Amino acid sequence: MESRFRILFLVLAMLALAGCGTNGFLGIGGKKSAPPPSGPPDPEQVIDPDVERREVKEPAIDAEDFEIGGFAGVMSIEDFGSDLVYGLRLAYHITEGFFVEGTVGQTEAGLTSFEVLSGGAPLLSDDDRQYTYYNVNVGYNILPGEGFIGESRAYNTGLYLIAGLGSTRFADDDRFTVNYGAGYRFLLNDTVALHLDFRDHLFDIDLLGEEKTVHNLEAHLGVTVFF
Amino acid sequence: MSEHNTGITLSRSRKTRPNWLAALVLVTSQAFTTGLAEAADEYRTVSVADPYLEMRTGPGRGYPKFHVVDRGETVDILMRKTDWFKVRAPNGKEGWVDRSQMELTLQPGGEYIEFAQADLEDFTNARWEVGGLAGDFGGANIISLYGGYSLNPNVSIEVWGSQILGNFSNGWMGSVNLTHETWPEWRISPFFTMGTGVIHTSPKSTIIQGEDRTDQIAHVGAGIRFYVTRRFSLRAEYKSYVVFTSRDENEEVEEWKAGFAFFF
Repeated sequence: MESRFRILFLVLAMLALAGCGTNGFLGIGGKKSAPPPSGPPDPEQVIDPDVERREVKEPAIDAEDFEIGGFAGVMSIEDFGSDLVYGLRLAYHITEGFFVEGTVGQTEAGLTSFEVLSGGAPLLSDDDRQYTYYNVNVGYNILPGEGFIGESRAYNTGLYLIAGLGSTRFADDDRFTVNYGAGYRFLLNDTVALHLDFRDHLFDIDLLGEEKTVHNLEAHLGVTVFF
Repeated sequence: MSEHNTGITLSRSRKTRPNWLAALVLVTSQAFTTGLAEAADEYRTVSVADPYLEMRTGPGRGYPKFHVVDRGETVDILMRKTDWFKVRAPNGKEGWVDRSQMELTLQPGGEYIEFAQADLEDFTNARWEVGGLAGDFGGANIISLYGGYSLNPNVSIEVWGSQILGNFSNGWMGSVNLTHETWPEWRISPFFTMGTGVIHTSPKSTIIQGEDRTDQIAHVGAGIRFYVTRRFSLRAEYKSYVVFTSRDENEEVEEWKAGFAFFF
């Protein structure tokens, strides 16, 4: 297996170097210098045209493709009850449809039913009950539209889907986490947006004896600013 | 006609809606950019060269068209979101126009206007790149972020940070590598990479009794970059790592991952 990869690499490397001959390895060489001007200067051009070229500038237009903000809501940790969750979100809108998003959030795990009923020693220390996560997601605005309040106010809105990967720190361990969800964006104006989001965070955990995949559901409200 | 009227009503209401936050932002931004605006204003006004310019109520294909600006009239460009431009017509109506229509407008000097649009050429020549990838690292999950700087179109230097999440141990890895693209002008561009760094692993205490370890690593690999649109590209790669352990034998780890990147 290993030697096969080595052979593969050698073959690919050879091909690459062969390509470099025409391309200029490391970008050095391969560039042809411009041919020297040949023949005497045009005798008919007596006057040197002194026309000032109008410089075409890139128009200074405010592009607002980034979105930053915070959120707060409720998160339910499987077996450990629900508690306040809060966090930050940064998004970049690639096209009118697609965006990528990074989120970080924090909540705290409560007591399991077993801990409450038995009244015994708690399963986790207070520090281990801290639940923090980060995710990197790809999103798609599936239903862009408008929302109307009364007869004279219209606001741009959008329903979007997100899915992504990340890590969750909980019960003294970092866990590979998959999350997906849907959200509703309500733009107060061109710059400020309100969000309502529902997300499911999945990871494997063996804290209660056997390994299982848990679903941690989160619902939050957020405010973001485009810049 | 009634639809048209509705649109106008909506558009007016948007404009006159009292909004202290917007007002505050406006005042602040004006205070900061007065000097800049004087120079830029000239270019922000364009005249319609096509028979007409269609204005929509929102920055997207599906939003209704509610107003048309005729040939010869001017519009002010207020802002941009992805490929949509918010413009103000001479009668004060504000709406969104897509880039293909905006490029058929003229600057005051009579030239067609051009908007900064990252394209395949920028994909080849851009200096900076950041991205995120995820995949498999010798059976464990890995999530990586990287930043790269191009020394020239063929060669770039990259700094990587990764989190490794496994069944038996967790850890992180930091590395520096050089990549070489043989055909950087291709839309799907293959590259080769090699580099070095450190890996830190901490075994999960519930399963194995072990110590945290920090070891040096070296790797070689290959992959492809795929230009999608604007500043956005996809990337997939394979890397073969050697971990220089303090034990008798070095460890070899294979890594596969895929993700996305932005260049600028």
